[in-house]
Amino acid sequence: MNPENYVPTEYLPLFIMLVLATLFAIGGLLLGAFIRPRFYYPEKLEPYECGNEPSGLPWQKIAIRYIPIAILFVVFDVEIAFLYLLGVSFSSISPLALGGAIFFIFLIILGFFYDLKKGYLEWTRF
Amino acid sequence: MSVVRILFFYFAFVILLSAFMGLRQRSPVKALLWILLLFVHIGGLYLLLNAEVLAFLQIIIYAGAILVLYLIMLLILDVREEERSMLYLKNWQSRIWAGLLVSFFFILGSLTFVNKHRGEHTLDKLKEVGPSKILGRLLFEDFTFPLIILAFLLLVPLLGIGLLFVKRRQDGSA
Amino acid sequence: MVLNSNDMVHLALLSFFKGLIVLGIMLFHAAYTVYAERKIIGRIQSRLGPREVGPYGLLQPLADLVKLLTKEDILPKEADRFLFKLAPLLLLVTTIVNLSVIPFYPDFIIADVHVGILVILAFAGLGVYGVILGGYASGSKYSLLGGLRSAAQMLSYEIPLTVSLAGVILAAESFRLGDIVEAQANSLFGMNLFPQVIGFLVFLICAFAETNRAPFDLPEAESELVAGYMTEYSGFRMGLFFLGEYISMYVMALLISLCYLGGWSLPPWMLSLLPILKEIPPVLILLVKVYFFIFLFIWVRATFPRYRFDQLMRLSWKVLIPLSFLNLLIVMFFKLLT
Repeated sequence: MNPENYVPTEYLPLFIMLVLATLFAIGGLLLGAFIRPRFYYPEKLEPYECGNEPSGLPWQKIAIRYIPIAILFVVFDVEIAFLYLLGVSFSSISPLALGGAIFFIFLIILGFFYDLKKGYLEWTRF
Repeated sequence: MSVVRILFFYFAFVILLSAFMGLRQRSPVKALLWILLLFVHIGGLYLLLNAEVLAFLQIIIYAGAILVLYLIMLLILDVREEERSMLYLKNWQSRIWAGLLVSFFFILGSLTFVNKHRGEHTLDKLKEVGPSKILGRLLFEDFTFPLIILAFLLLVPLLGIGLLFVKRRQDGSA
Repeated sequence: MVLNSNDMVHLALLSFFKGLIVLGIMLFHAAYTVYAERKIIGRIQSRLGPREVGPYGLLQPLADLVKLLTKEDILPKEADRFLFKLAPLLLLVTTIVNLSVIPFYPDFIIADVHVGILVILAFAGLGVYGVILGGYASGSKYSLLGGLRSAAQMLSYEIPLTVSLAGVILAAESFRLGDIVEAQANSLFGMNLFPQVIGFLVFLICAFAETNRAPFDLPEAESELVAGYMTEYSGFRMGLFFLGEYISMYVMALLISLCYLGGWSLPPWMLSLLPILKEIPPVLILLVKVYFFIFLFIWVRATFPRYRFDQLMRLSWKVLIPLSFLNLLIVMFFKLLT
C-alpha cells in the first residue's frame, strides 16, 4: 500500500452524518422562518430578568472558582488518553513498560489525593 | 490530482486561514472559535496520515480540554472590556520581532522536510496489528522514561492549584 | 483503504441512506420520549398526562413540533448574534454525529471505525462549547451563570465517566464498540457488569449528569437560574437544545447497554438455562436494554430531588473519581491474574 493514495474512507460516513445533522437543524430553522410571526417591540428583546428592568450587563468579573476545575480537567484528560492507550495494549507490553505506566497512574492519583486532602476541591472554601 | 492531495490542501488551507483569522479577530471568544476550527482540521490532517487515534486524542485534549480552559478563563474576565483594550502589536519594534519569530519557525520547519521517508511502521503493519495497539506498544515500550517525566510534569498543576487560593488581604488585593 | 471514485460514490450514497434512517428513527424516538416522559411522570404523580391531542394524546409530539416551528424567534438585544445562532446547532450536531459510530446491530453501523469510543468522547467534548457559548452569547445573567455551571458540571462528570470507560476498554482491548460487545459475549459472566459493578454505577450516575437530567439538572434549576443557558432561547432554537438533550439520553443509554450489559448479546449462562432466548433477534435485545435505561432516566426525574451545586461537585470529585480509579485498578488486577 502506498501512503500517497491512502484515503481514510471509514471516516467518510462520519462526515456525511455531520452534514446530514447540520442540514436537518438548519432546514428546521429555515422552515420555521417562513411560517413564524414577527412582532417585535423593544421590551420583548430585553434580556430576561424576572420582570425587572435589566441591571447592567452580565459580562462582569465572576468568581475564580471555576478555574481549578478546568485545570484539573486538562490534567485528567491527558491522563485518560494514556490510560486508554494502556487499555488497548495492556496484554502486549512488557512488565517493565507496564510498571512505568502504573507508576504514571499512581503519581497522578497521588497528586489528586493531595488536592483532596488540602481541600482545594471544596466548592464552599473561601 | 489525487483525492489525498485535494484533501491535504483543503486541510492545510483551512488551518492557515483559521490561524490568521484567529489572530485578526478582535473578540476573544470568536478568536477562540477560529482556533477550535484549527484544532479540528489538524485532526483531519492526522487522519490523512493514518493516525486515527492521534486525530481524535488531539480533538479530545486540545479542543475538548485546553481550549475549554481558555474559554472559561475568558468568561471570568470582563470580555467587553478586554475587547476595547490595546492590541499587543501596537508598535513597529514588536511587529518586527513577531515577523522574525514566524520566519524562524518557517525555516526550522523547512529544515525537517524529508522526502520519501519509509519508517518501520508501514501501512501494512498498521492494518495487521491495528492502529491503537501499535501506538500503545510504541509509547509504553520505547518511551517509558519520557512517560515518567510527563507524569511529574502533570503533577505540577495538581500541586500548584493551591496558588489560586491565596487568601485575600484586608485591602482586597490578592 | 484504496478505492476508486466509483466505490467512493457508492459508499457515500449507502452511508447517506443509513444516516437518514438512523436520524429518522432517532428523531421519532426523541419526540415520543417527551410524550412518554410526560405520561409516566403524570402517572407517578397521579395525573393523566397529555390526552387531548389524538387518542390518548398520541399526537402530542406533532402538536409540539408545530408549536415550536410557529413560535416567534427572539434574538435578545444584548446577544452576540452569530454565537447565539451557532450554539444550539453545535450542541445538536455533535450529539447526532455520535450515533454514527454506535452499532445497532452486528452489521448495522454507519461508520465502522477503529476508534469508536474516542470519536464519541471527542464530539461530547465539542458539545460543551454549545452549552458555554449559548450561555455566553445570550447577554443575560442567568444564561451566563447557567452556562458556566453547566460547563463545570459537564467537565467534572466527564472525568469519572471516561475513567470508568477505561475499564471497559481494558477488558476488551479495543476502542471499537463492536469488539467490546463481542469480548463481553465471550467473557465469563457474559457482560461487563459483573466484574465492574463500581464502574457501571459510576457510569450510570455520570450519564445523568452529562445529559443534564434530574437530579443533576442544575443548569436548568428553575428556582435559581430560570432555564440556565436556555433562558433567552425561544421557538425552534430552544427546540434544538431540547432535541439535543433527548438524543444524548439515547446515546448514553446505548453506550451503557453496549459497554456494560453486553449490547445485543445475552450472557451464555442465561442462554443455557433458557435455550428459547436464542430465537430473539439481537436488535430487540438491545432495544429492551435501551428502553429500560430511558425509563430509568424518567423514573429518576420523577423521584429524586435536585442536588445543590456544592453537593454536585462534592459527589464528582470526592466520590466518583476515586471510585472510578478503584474500578480501573480492580479490572487491571483481574486482567493480570488471567
